[in-house]
Amino acid sequence: MGTETLYDISLTVNGVVREARVPARRLLSDCLRHDLGLTGTHVGCEHGVCGCCTVLLDGEPVRSCLTFAVSVDGHEITTIEGLAAPDGTLSAVQRAFAESHALQCGFCTPGFLCTVTALLNENPAPSDEEILEGISGNLCRCTGYQNIIKAVRRAAELSAEQERDGTGEAAPAATGAAGAPRASGATGGATGE
Amino acid sequence: MTTSLFGERVQRLEDPRLLTGNGRYLDDLGRDALAAAFVRSPHAHARIREINVDRALDVPGIVAIYTWEDLPERIGEPLPLLIPHPALTHGRTARPLAKDVVRHVGEPVVMVVARDRYAAEDACDRIEVEYEPLPAVVGIENAVRGEHLVHPDVPGNVGAHLVQEVPSADGRSAAEMIEAAPHRLEFRLDIERSASMPLEGRGVYARWDPDDGSLRVYSSTQTSTSVRMAIAAKLGLPLPKVEVIAPDVGGGFGVKIMHPWPEEVLIPWAARTLGREIKWTEDRREHFISSAHERGQVQYVRVGFDDDGRILGLDVTFLHDHGAYTPYGIIVPIITSTQLLGPYKPGAYRVEFSSVYTNTVIVTPYRGAGRPQGVFCMERTMDRIAAYLGKDRTEVRAANFIQPDEFPYDHRLTFQDGRPLIYDSGNYPEALRMLKELIGWDEFAKERERAAAEGRRIGIGIGCYVEGTGVGPYEGGHVQVTSDGRVHVSTGLTSQGQGHQTAFAQIAATELGVPIERVSVVTGDTRRFGYAVGTFASRAAVMSGNAIALACRKVREKALRIAADALEADPGDLTITDGIVHVKGNPSASIPLSTVAVLANPLRYAFDEEAKRATQFATAASDDKPPVAEGEEPGLEGRDYYSPVRSTFAYGMHAAIVETDPETAEIKVLRYAVVHDCGRLINPMIVDGQIHGGVAQGIGGALYERMVYDEHGQLLNASFMDFLMPYATEVPRVETAHLETPSPLNPLGIKGAGEAGVIPVSAVIASAIEDAEGIPIMKMPISPSELFHLRRTASARVG
Amino acid sequence: MKPPPFDYHAPRTVGEALEVLADAGPEGKVLAGGQSLIPLMNMRLAAPARLVDINRIGALDTVTADARGVRVGALARHATVERSAAVAERQPLLRQALRHVAHPVIRNRGTVVGSIVHADPAAELPAVLALLGGTVRLARHGAPEREVPAAEFFLGPLESALQPGELAVSAFFPALPPGSGTAFCEIARRHGDFALAGVAALVTLDDDLRITTAKVACIGVGPVPVVVDVSAECARRPAASAASPAVAAAVRDRVEPEDDIHATAEYRRHLTGVLAERALRLAAERASHG
Repeated sequence: MGTETLYDISLTVNGVVREARVPARRLLSDCLRHDLGLTGTHVGCEHGVCGCCTVLLDGEPVRSCLTFAVSVDGHEITTIEGLAAPDGTLSAVQRAFAESHALQCGFCTPGFLCTVTALLNENPAPSDEEILEGISGNLCRCTGYQNIIKAVRRAAELSAEQERDGTGEAAPAATGAAGAPRASGATGGATGE
Repeated sequence: MTTSLFGERVQRLEDPRLLTGNGRYLDDLGRDALAAAFVRSPHAHARIREINVDRALDVPGIVAIYTWEDLPERIGEPLPLLIPHPALTHGRTARPLAKDVVRHVGEPVVMVVARDRYAAEDACDRIEVEYEPLPAVVGIENAVRGEHLVHPDVPGNVGAHLVQEVPSADGRSAAEMIEAAPHRLEFRLDIERSASMPLEGRGVYARWDPDDGSLRVYSSTQTSTSVRMAIAAKLGLPLPKVEVIAPDVGGGFGVKIMHPWPEEVLIPWAARTLGREIKWTEDRREHFISSAHERGQVQYVRVGFDDDGRILGLDVTFLHDHGAYTPYGIIVPIITSTQLLGPYKPGAYRVEFSSVYTNTVIVTPYRGAGRPQGVFCMERTMDRIAAYLGKDRTEVRAANFIQPDEFPYDHRLTFQDGRPLIYDSGNYPEALRMLKELIGWDEFAKERERAAAEGRRIGIGIGCYVEGTGVGPYEGGHVQVTSDGRVHVSTGLTSQGQGHQTAFAQIAATELGVPIERVSVVTGDTRRFGYAVGTFASRAAVMSGNAIALACRKVREKALRIAADALEADPGDLTITDGIVHVKGNPSASIPLSTVAVLANPLRYAFDEEAKRATQFATAASDDKPPVAEGEEPGLEGRDYYSPVRSTFAYGMHAAIVETDPETAEIKVLRYAVVHDCGRLINPMIVDGQIHGGVAQGIGGALYERMVYDEHGQLLNASFMDFLMPYATEVPRVETAHLETPSPLNPLGIKGAGEAGVIPVSAVIASAIEDAEGIPIMKMPISPSELFHLRRTASARVG
Repeated sequence: MKPPPFDYHAPRTVGEALEVLADAGPEGKVLAGGQSLIPLMNMRLAAPARLVDINRIGALDTVTADARGVRVGALARHATVERSAAVAERQPLLRQALRHVAHPVIRNRGTVVGSIVHADPAAELPAVLALLGGTVRLARHGAPEREVPAAEFFLGPLESALQPGELAVSAFFPALPPGSGTAFCEIARRHGDFALAGVAALVTLDDDLRITTAKVACIGVGPVPVVVDVSAECARRPAASAASPAVAAAVRDRVEPEDDIHATAEYRRHLTGVLAERALRLAAERASHG
């Protein structure tokens, strides 16, 4: 077996430019966790079903276990480590999860936090049905989801309060280094109208 | 006491860490460690002819390849049989790597160590193992037929056979009672396999320190102390030279109480052999085919009852599928056979089970641990009786309840801890009343009519259970107050998301009278606490909770003694509030616990300002007494253990309303209600969370999850694509109500709550579907496809 | 579960991609969204020797909608197509079907053309293309592009007319004819799973709101999407009675489901009939309100 070609890639992770040298097959999840040391992103199935590895790619939630790191060279990634404000203040979503007891073992939590952060950025006041649809691709084995749903509602409330009080940032759900994820991702393209 | 936090919905201390990506799970550790991967058997039953590793040797990054032949004698031996039992006459365990014969798909054959997991898997791909396939034994009934054997020296594939019989008060056997009963029924029930399926799989990370001759092992386990003892024994290391730590664990639900897994022996051994850090992180496919499953049973029921539905005699014979090996003994079928009785008192009871080998993954406890099957059996029986007599299902249950004045109630059976099955406390009629009110049982007939008028089909179901919780033998707690006023609590058992750090801190804060922010709790770290059993059987709160409370009481007593000296007061007149010891009714006469901690440790050296107070020239100790008084120890700390005579018994009752689609046979749970009594609640928020999660797993087990083996022993759905764990879209909202009947058995009056949610769900859903459809539901889980065919068969029968 | 090694190419233009694919021949595999391919690679069930990553070819990230229909470029993500108002206006079936494709997060990355090329008979988009009589545009180095009709594109389970060396550059979905309505109904074990059965329906009405054309495409019940024209069974019936036991029976007769671990063939056949009725009813209703 020959040695694999390595690629120098550069990702903007949580607002910081990070470089890594990876083989083409390096999964983004492994790159984040093992090359960059950001172990907050978890790996639960490596076939795209559980959602633990969900991160934001240019603001949109994607499965990092179904993405090659080399494929997203030059793009922006937000992980759980980037959701809180730089001073450590938890985002509305993070606070809501704590208040609502929306996590137990915490293993699926990073995926839920990223998914919900994007959901509320796009739709700050989702209906119950929209909440359910929004989190429908993430597995949790501990909570039975009831408190996660409650937390999403609570996060929407907290964000709205922040907005009202004028303490909110441009991005209501993600106050952290992620900044305001772009309304439509880099993959949006022209819709031809 | 101003700081009483017992019973409060305190937000979890674990959360800030876990919400910011600062949890540390197994694979988050050891960034530079080598990675291990395994070649696992693709056959359910086969003889290993030859293993050729040549093609793997030139894989870049390869470090080592091991087969059974490479293992030293002690490592290569069969793994321990953890819980021996006289009825387990033919117990068999696997070797860490297979020798000669493999007995299930997924059994480890070769271990590869490489630079990273990618390289290790590349090497696994290139290792050639030549197998001679042998006939596979799959399915309980094929196993008992005994045509082919899983182990050549286990005739009929029967590993264990156990009978327990409790005659009636007047000495008649269950058979006699059934024979003499006015009514009799006989039927068969089936339950299929599921699995714990935590989102974090298993994992082991080992570091050998050659200078010190010591080993540190991290394992995603539910019992670090016992893993430690197993590793020390296998590697021939002195116990003090082995440390085992359970880091953050991404769910356990039972599967991680099994130990030592092959990998828990092999990884530390390889780390020592190679002198390198090695880590193995189980992937999802490995978890499906090489960890453990549970639940598969076939049950045959004979019951005799009177006109009120009172059970006069009950005879249950069941077959339990324990997979290819029995490392965890026969705990699961023992629990089924005893906990089957639930809140009821049949006139006479006989239970017999055979636990059989199949060429499938081993069976060890999964949340509920045999209880869901037992409850399914008993609750289906109750519903059959009600249907036969044309009675309301709750009436039949009420007629069989143990009454509140009958506690302690002795079932005259031997429980899973080897002790008599004696219920401590409970109020079953009240729980049933609350449940009926919560779900609207008595109004349901009208609701059903309304739905029927719209062409909709709905049904209501019920299930009751009693759960032996908090089994022994013991747990311990250590509590230390340091001179900064912080309280350090440690206990040996592990945590997998139950919020122990919070619940135990609540107990410590309440007992010691300190703010909870000053309390930190460490679990599952043998460096901090070496004696423990583990986290299973809903025992953590009962066992460690009480042990920590007792340790805190020792510390409190000592603190009051020292403070009384300093304040020249009587210890009986002192109390502790917000971390300050003061005279009751006179807050000005006070001394902070931090100072008490300083005074508790007479010093020669002052390392900070605070410490000066305790140095030898600063204290006014009397000259004729030793600085550490007789019977005392330096430091403000205490250690204590809790070891119960027997288990506590939590209980609950669930009800559900389901809708079945007349056209598509889809099954939807419209409402789910739970009444639950686990004694005094430490943190109701956490208990509710446990129930929600348990019910969700129960819904999975009732309607979605199963392990589908083909006749060759291949697991056909070994992925999250096809093993249908419920998403948020499949789980109903759970409505809960609590009763709090304190347990008289322990100082805190608590019972366990961890498994409650999952136990009766299959019984409840079966009951509700049967009610909606008017077709007997004798087999769980049930899919829309199966319901469709049940309808076909039923209408063919009618037609 | 880590993917095996492969040679990686990341062309920036279609021409460059075609050159690489021509050179790679049967060893080459295109990576777009990767939501089907990468799981197979992680499980080592697929091990392409050379992977051609088209994610940097901006020219393929297009969605155009006009009076003729909707053309979706090879890099357009499910989510982009699902959200596009212009697409929904010209061909509403796309959005209706896309809502059943896995989960929102998967749709953020997965591509419409990728799903079609993957040719999973249980997937939604091949059925949409087949029902609407759409086409797939295939390009090859040094040769003119060819436009393959859906009926000739799907050859079997996971098997399409795409040849080694070719790149599917876009798919075309004809616009909805006037007086038409569509619907997509499916039943999955869990929300977002592959369907146990699913039916896409297209109904066209005349000015008297009577049915002129009624067609369904069924998923998961044959090697390729099964298109059944039930215009005869519905002939000139009023829209409100698009669904009937006769129609359901006609559809049931045409499908060839198989048993699997989630459902029996018989149940799938039954479901397909039920869903055909539901989808036709809904499509006819939409056509009459259109």
